[in-house]
Amino acid sequence: MILRIIVCAKETPDTVATVEAREGVVTWDDAPLVINPWDEYAVEEALLLREKGLAATCTVISMGREDGSEALKHAIAMGADEAILISDPVLADADTLLTSHVLAQAIRQFEDVGLAVFGRQAIDGDTGQTAVQVGRRLGWSTLTYVSHILELDAAEGSITVERMLEQGRQICTGTLPAVISVLKDINEPRYPSFVGLRRATQTDVAVWTAVDIGLGAAVISKVTWPEVSNLPVHAGAAEIIDGATAEEKVEKLVEKLMAEKGIWR
Amino acid sequence: MSGVWVWVEQSGGTAANISWEALGLGRRLAGALGQEVIALVFGMNASMLARTAFQYGADKAIVCEDATLAEFRLEPYATLLSRLAGQHQPYAILAGASACGRDLAGAVAVDLEAGLIPDAVDVELVDGVLEVTRPVYAGKLLARAVSSGSPQIITIRSRAFPVPAMDERRIGEVKPVEAVLAEEDIAAKIAGMEASTGYISLTDAAIVVSGGRGVGGPEGFEPLQQLADVLGASLGASRAAVDAGWIAYEHQVGQTGKTISPDIYIACGISGAVQHQAGIRTAKVIIAINTDLEAPIMKIARYAIVGDLFEVVPALNAAFEKRLG
Ligand SMILES: Cc1cc2nc3c(=O)[nH]c(=O)nc-3n(C[C@H](O)[C@H](O)[C@H](O)COP(=O)(O)OP(=O)(O)OC[C@H]3O[C@@H](n4cnc5c(N)ncnc54)[C@H](O)[C@@H]3O)c2cc1C
Ligand SMILES: Nc1ncnc2c1ncn2[C@@H]1O[C@H](COP(=O)(O)O)[C@@H](O)[C@H]1O
Repeated sequence: MILRIIVCAKETPDTVATVEAREGVVTWDDAPLVINPWDEYAVEEALLLREKGLAATCTVISMGREDGSEALKHAIAMGADEAILISDPVLADADTLLTSHVLAQAIRQFEDVGLAVFGRQAIDGDTGQTAVQVGRRLGWSTLTYVSHILELDAAEGSITVERMLEQGRQICTGTLPAVISVLKDINEPRYPSFVGLRRATQTDVAVWTAVDIGLGAAVISKVTWPEVSNLPVHAGAAEIIDGATAEEKVEKLVEKLMAEKGIWR
Repeated sequence: MSGVWVWVEQSGGTAANISWEALGLGRRLAGALGQEVIALVFGMNASMLARTAFQYGADKAIVCEDATLAEFRLEPYATLLSRLAGQHQPYAILAGASACGRDLAGAVAVDLEAGLIPDAVDVELVDGVLEVTRPVYAGKLLARAVSSGSPQIITIRSRAFPVPAMDERRIGEVKPVEAVLAEEDIAAKIAGMEASTGYISLTDAAIVVSGGRGVGGPEGFEPLQQLADVLGASLGASRAAVDAGWIAYEHQVGQTGKTISPDIYIACGISGAVQHQAGIRTAKVIIAINTDLEAPIMKIARYAIVGDLFEVVPALNAAFEKRLG
């Protein structure tokens, strides 16, 4: 059995929130913040491993704003044992280089971590880089895009997973401790239970600052977004192709498509 | 700091198409900078692929055919690329934003403490800095991103940049290098690979025919598959169809599935929820086939046929067959 699994989870605006750029700044007004959807799969996988007796404790870490984190609350409500919030004004607008440094440094505070689980990507920055960067910083086996954990053997110190790549499904083995990032295919996240929700309001979240985890000034964000804009406005609704029969409509559509430039090569 | 480096991704000795797209971008940027484009080709068939890289515009190629690099594995690939970049100080490193490309770029960025901008859909050179346009917030917004310091590391979204014209007479200089890690230093062992044969990868496909809850069941995908075969297209699906178990997750398009940029996206029986839209915002022409004129997909589609997909799709199939072949 591995002693501790760490899950890294981020708070993001709800997927249905209307996100807009106003004067170059991203806003979603008062749309709710939620746990990044991919990270629900990460939490679920950690809980499943714990329930199978393959891990003892599940600790969730989130870096974010100081007044609490929906990601942590949700993870506790699902059943995670412990939550840590890393919050510090110096970390605002961190790019993945800095985020990965912070999360790696937070993970190093524990000596008994066997596995760190990440979501595939955060739906705000959409980068999908943090897991591999944390893994690299820790020097651990890093297995991304995991669709299935086939074996987790603490005694042997090995993990075997199925990964989903463009070219197909790969079976890959690595050593423990390891970092993995998970896909939606891996499980079906549970809904928080009533008891869980109550526990989430009662559980104290530890708050760590940059100093607490001994962050040096050496690592800084390198990537900035000087400008964020809305998508070019779509030229109105679809052109509805009319006709008496399906065949007639289709004929018209195909004519139009064949005339589209730069499509048929 | 000189040279635009492009990583040429291969699996089983065949290069990923996105590598040539990256090479085309590299060529354009290097031209503007007055620098060389250098292809990094590792693993199986690397020397052969280097020759193709020259034909697509590389000036030089750094090649390593070591057995440890046969298939992509993060540790040996990243360690070698970081070592080389440390020695030669390239201006930029470009790779495809595939699973392997993202992993490699991420690890190398850490090794070099360099900025990484993933998933570019446009790159411009402004006063010596690469300004990258990339979709953020599930494709709801576009960010212009820049990174300070060097090298500037960028991964590109599949099909966002054209494959350059091939010049078969073009040749270049090959620089062979040694691997850095020995097999016993590499933790990751690939135990098997089940290639997704028979269909074109969704992210590479020029045309995608996609089905949602409206197809009604696994057999509902059959007419869609037939249309896809006629068009040489790939088969996509909404999450509702995947969750219902009608089709494998590999086919899911959207926020928790794949993000794709086909020339034509045919959405059959898909309502077009925001999470589905997140996967198709960079598609060129979206066609909706839906019984419901009010479905949200109508707002982002260029063309729509309001009707039963079980009539429309076979008719489309017949119409295209007549024209294409
Ligand atoms: C966190 C999160 C992530 C998500 N990620 C994704 C994702 O990655 N991808 C994704 O797709 N969804 C995703 N979803 C789900 C999304 O919200 C929608 O539920 C889903 O896309 C709906 O799928 P659908 O359009 O197939 O089904 P429905 O919304 O049920 O639409 C079916 C459509 O078919 C039409 N129809 C029915 N019969 C016919 C017929 N015979 N001919 C023609 N048209 C017909 C109907 O008019 C309707 O418009 C996500 C949701 C959440 C909360
Ligand atoms: N601020 C954060 N706090 C905790 N985990 C994070 C944070 N940012 C990213 N992650 C993790 O890294 C994954 C990938 O994020 P990203 O690279 O930003 O797309 C997410 O699914 C999370 O598991």
